[in-house]
Amino acid sequence: MSGAVRRLRCCDGSACRNGGGIALRQALLAARAAAGLAEQELVIRAVGCLRLCGRGPLVAADGPGGSRLWGGVPPELASALVAAARGRRRRGQALAIPAPAHPPQAGPAPGELRLAGARLWGPCLWEPAPGRSPQPPVAPFDPSAPAASAAPAASAAPADPSAPADPSAPVASAAPADPSALVDPSAPAASVAPADPSAPAASAAPLDPLAPHQLDPHHPFFALQRPVVLECCGLIDPDSLDDALDHGAYRQLQRCLHQLTPAAVRDEIRASGLRGRGGAGYPTGLKWDTVALQPPGPRQVVANGDEGDPGAFMDRTVMEGDPHRLLEGLAIAAYAVGAEHGFVYVRAEYPLAIERLRGALAAIAARGGFGPGLCGSPWPLRIALRVGAGAYVCGEETALLHSIEGGRGTPRPRPPYPAQRGLGGAPTLINNVETLAAVPAILRQGGAWYGAIGDPACPGSRGTKVFSLSGAVVHTGVVEVPLGLPLRTVVETMGGGVVGGAPLKAVQTGGPSGGCIPAARLDTRLDYEAMAGLGAILGSGGMVVLGPATAMPELARYFMGFCVQESCGLCLPCRAGTVQLAALLDRLIEGRGAAGDLERLEELAGMVRATSLCGLGQSAPNPLLSTLRHFRGEYLQACAGGGAGDPAGGPPA
Amino acid sequence: MSPTRQPPKPRLATVWLAGCSGCHMSFLDLDEWLLELAERVEVVYSPLASDAKTYPESVDICLVEGAVANGDNLAMARILRQRTRVVVAFGDCAISANVSGLRNPWADGAGDSAATVLERAYGELAEAEGLAPPDGVVVPRLLERVLPLHAVIPVEVWLPGCPPSPARIRLVLEALLEGERPRLEGPQGLRFG
Amino acid sequence: MSVHTLSIDGRPVAVEAGASLLAACRGAGIALPTLCHLDGLTPVGACRLCLVEVEGQARPLAACVSAAAEGQVVRTDTAQLRQFRRMAVELFFAEGNHLCAVCVANGACELQDLAVAVGMDHSRFPARWPRRAVDASHPLFTLDHNRCILCSRCLRACDELEGAHVWDIAERGEHCRLVAGLDQPWGEVAACTSCGQCVDACPTGALFRRQESAGDHQPRRDRAAVLQQARQQKLWRNQGEVPP
Repeated sequence: MSGAVRRLRCCDGSACRNGGGIALRQALLAARAAAGLAEQELVIRAVGCLRLCGRGPLVAADGPGGSRLWGGVPPELASALVAAARGRRRRGQALAIPAPAHPPQAGPAPGELRLAGARLWGPCLWEPAPGRSPQPPVAPFDPSAPAASAAPAASAAPADPSAPADPSAPVASAAPADPSALVDPSAPAASVAPADPSAPAASAAPLDPLAPHQLDPHHPFFALQRPVVLECCGLIDPDSLDDALDHGAYRQLQRCLHQLTPAAVRDEIRASGLRGRGGAGYPTGLKWDTVALQPPGPRQVVANGDEGDPGAFMDRTVMEGDPHRLLEGLAIAAYAVGAEHGFVYVRAEYPLAIERLRGALAAIAARGGFGPGLCGSPWPLRIALRVGAGAYVCGEETALLHSIEGGRGTPRPRPPYPAQRGLGGAPTLINNVETLAAVPAILRQGGAWYGAIGDPACPGSRGTKVFSLSGAVVHTGVVEVPLGLPLRTVVETMGGGVVGGAPLKAVQTGGPSGGCIPAARLDTRLDYEAMAGLGAILGSGGMVVLGPATAMPELARYFMGFCVQESCGLCLPCRAGTVQLAALLDRLIEGRGAAGDLERLEELAGMVRATSLCGLGQSAPNPLLSTLRHFRGEYLQACAGGGAGDPAGGPPA
Repeated sequence: MSPTRQPPKPRLATVWLAGCSGCHMSFLDLDEWLLELAERVEVVYSPLASDAKTYPESVDICLVEGAVANGDNLAMARILRQRTRVVVAFGDCAISANVSGLRNPWADGAGDSAATVLERAYGELAEAEGLAPPDGVVVPRLLERVLPLHAVIPVEVWLPGCPPSPARIRLVLEALLEGERPRLEGPQGLRFG
Repeated sequence: MSVHTLSIDGRPVAVEAGASLLAACRGAGIALPTLCHLDGLTPVGACRLCLVEVEGQARPLAACVSAAAEGQVVRTDTAQLRQFRRMAVELFFAEGNHLCAVCVANGACELQDLAVAVGMDHSRFPARWPRRAVDASHPLFTLDHNRCILCSRCLRACDELEGAHVWDIAERGEHCRLVAGLDQPWGEVAACTSCGQCVDACPTGALFRRQESAGDHQPRRDRAAVLQQARQQKLWRNQGEVPP
């Protein structure tokens, strides 16, 4: 980032929009105008996800001093935010500290590209802050500054941006910070402990109205992230092809078309160890090879953006925040397998992702298409967008293909796999959105570079994975971390543990296809094999944190109900079996359970799992079986109430 | 009387719940084998061959025809279960509710099909005003749903058929009288409808 | 023509390459239970009754949609498979309103026969008793949704043999139901040629000829296979095998 540019990046993802992001951005534009600033003096840009969705709407400010971050700012504070972004800083603030010896992310990483002053690849979501140490700094003591508590309550009114601001009280930043709190400890304190114990607490009003909203970009939630798929998400304007190009979009596609053979591209992907990020974890390179090596003839490529697991929003983040990265990955995949036609399939429940992708495709078409327009090549790739009609099972690849073809969204038995027979009978490559979005970085940095990311203890899980952290966790949002990290690091260190400091009960991963990892196994690594060994799955990346209040049979019933709703009805075990499983769970939870119910539940769950036609039915019993495995006592307790069966239910024994 | 005491004969009961009595008619179609059966068992309770008004204690075998459709059926099922060693669900109604259960699809939103059929019978189809549905005192109250026997009590043997053929009834009774578990397999032993 | 040899229940079997496991089993004289399969129609693998265990496979495979392969070791009658099949039939009975006693197909019903074949003397699952309709709008035939098991044989017969595609499945999951035309009364669907192939394909009493009683209901379930073979052999005229 050029030091001269001051910039406000306003998160324009779905979560921040729901939190009032659009109103805030409009207020910021108005405040900039009111301050008499030109557009280039303070760039206000809508960007993709800034990660900490639970605190939205998020706004990041870039300036000579580095980046700062605010969350949940009401539109009334827009002028204060504009003033802060202009660098009207308070005396004695953290950003005035001279650069520490080891600034975070000092210097470009090996292989980092720079282009026209824009950093192409940054391992950090935030511009390096030369004035910030990696540790939360302690604000210097300024003897001339009045103590926070000494300020009259009247000064709590929104500060006049032109007026010299009140410095932060030393007591505030020196006070031990709540380890789970993301509020920037160096920021002017919101509710500082009164220095004068006689002063009523009520008078300790915030001096800086922005202070309660300022977040610490060096909190582990951000600091431990390793953005690869999301390296430009939150930095670029997702509606601007030019901005994406400035950040290196389509460079790797150009390189492929002009310098690499399809086989060489596949070699890099194979070397990277990338596996399908949609949940199944099939080796991506192998899949590409399978499609490429089919007998001569047309091929198709498809990006699967039908992300439907409750509590999962990784693909949405990619599609909303950096649509060109997905399109570049898909285009490279098409080149690598010899396809000249492709589809992006997005669920209708993602209107913003659809809007962004539609805009991105239109912008590319306006330039002349992927080949002639972006790469100066006659390569005639065409990519079309398809919007799903709301069926969860359309995330299953054969059902998705039926849906693209205009048919009913129902799966079919495999083999033949889509790699052999897919759209219109042609060999078809289907990859998850996140998988494809990892491709440009892999080609830029090399497969070996990607393969080196991750823990040596987990040889089968290379690279980074995006997770969406939700549920009873303090910090909810999107994290991209190296695979092999202990689950505890993500949930406790980054996520801040359970809200209110309550003990964690379990982490549900993989949605209705996944399982629960109990607190005792929280040191399990984020590894395909290790998670499967516990009866859970790494899954597509949904990570729902469960506190002590969650009753496991109820959780199982929720997911079973989801599968009852989403079963396509084609095969009997899923259509009728999930209904009976849900009814049995109802019985149990409503205290009508009888002896033998648990065995019947397990027997039927085993049957549905073993005999269903597609992955939805086969995995539908997983939440039930995994909670039965780790929390059997809760089920036994539910059964204890009954005994003789009941007239409205099924057999008693 | 012979000085050596004969072992007591097995005590047989048959019960008629919510069914059409067709299973009992089929039982009667055993014809002359009934005479043999009468030699081998003591019929202690039955709409066919007993005047007993209360279900006796210590019954060895009970054939239960019909589904559980009302409070009396339910009470009877529970009593017979307490006093019987081997309960046989006798015919399709006892096994699946069958025709007796045809009101079940007409349950209202709360899952009560009794209200629907009573309204139909005593309201919509009534020729005269003032007909009140049964109050549950004189006529037993209908259950919300008609249930198979095994939904309310444990059952040892299921003998399907509408009605079960006399041959299969005999197959089951002969096995039970020999102290064996009846083997109902293949088209000879099993048939719904 | 290449040939695969495999072992089914310990018996060596040779089949043409491309044959299904179901065909291989039948070739070995093993009658696998089926419901959604009908000779002459594209298999769909929906009823999951023809599941077999193949060594090296994590889950059982539906034999109707799985190709036989060289050297496979297949088992068709393990305790596990018997349990799965019985549960499947129990689920079918619990799902719809299957009352053999008052069904036109009593005695000519594949589901009824399957209950016997898998030894089901009662369903352990509470019956759902769904409220379903009867479509008697067609002048020749009747559709009773209560007896429909969603096998889609009628749909495929109409689509693949008659080319009319009158039938399709609407809704999802347990709410799935057969629809005629654009979810119209059957009698109002102009595309229906009244050929009756759907009726002959139906494994239960869901589709039947009007005014048929139980004894009269004798669907020609081999009709699809006869027609398909006739096409393959280009026997365009009725030579006595095809019902008029």
